[in-house]
Amino acid sequence: MGDDAVFKALADASRRLLLDRLHRKNGQTLGGLCDGLSMTRQAVAKHLAVLRKANLVSWKRQGRERLHFINPVPINEIAERWISKFEYPRLRALSKLKKTLEGNKS
Amino acid sequence: MSKSAKSSFVYATYIRTTPERLWSALTDAEQMKEYWLGMHLKTNWKAGAEWQMLFPDGRVADTGEILELDPPRRIVLRWRNEFRPELKAEGFALCTMDLEAVGAAVKLTITHTIERADSKFIEAVSVGWPKVLSNLKSMLETGQVVLTGLHEAHDEVGV
Repeated sequence: MGDDAVFKALADASRRLLLDRLHRKNGQTLGGLCDGLSMTRQAVAKHLAVLRKANLVSWKRQGRERLHFINPVPINEIAERWISKFEYPRLRALSKLKKTLEGNKS
Repeated sequence: MSKSAKSSFVYATYIRTTPERLWSALTDAEQMKEYWLGMHLKTNWKAGAEWQMLFPDGRVADTGEILELDPPRRIVLRWRNEFRPELKAEGFALCTMDLEAVGAAVKLTITHTIERADSKFIEAVSVGWPKVLSNLKSMLETGQVVLTGLHEAHDEVGV
């Protein structure tokens, strides 16, 4: 669960897509995450396992189902390692500006 | 797929420490001020007791009740925002902190849930917790926190 695991987990477009989907709608089942994706259920399960190992996805049981949640804590730790509290508000402003100029796509 | 009207998040972090040391950091006001951006929780730490989360200047940010206390394993809190009317109107949320020893570390899992869909409260606290948890991890592992004070507006911190 070190930084290496986080970067490796993030170095894959499919896994970033899964994180994007959880970011949009948190607490999804494996079936829910597979909806509308061209990946097989096995592939999604495998990617989820990598994300869980890197602690980027957490989960909890709800009855017979397992709900998956995005866990941004490791990303926050990596960010805070290089971004000081003085730079943070300015970077937020910049990222807000970028979003506005690019039409709020992300 | 469950369609229950709920908003929640589950955050987890691994901290190289002992459950007892982590428990003390979670329940001691002075240590809390270190990593919770100057805020702290005021209570007598008994099951059934009420608690208040206080800003550095003493204003009340959140209130609630301790539902469960199982040292050094589990804390369950009823939790309501008090300083933003639109968040207070959503009523009480449930916050569970689970501590579990994993090898030389402790896995701390924070689950925050409210019985309503698209909760603004959950959105707000989901921003604050990662910062608090990173700070807590740094404090316990290195003796230093990353962020020292409430910078930006309080709603950035989210609690």
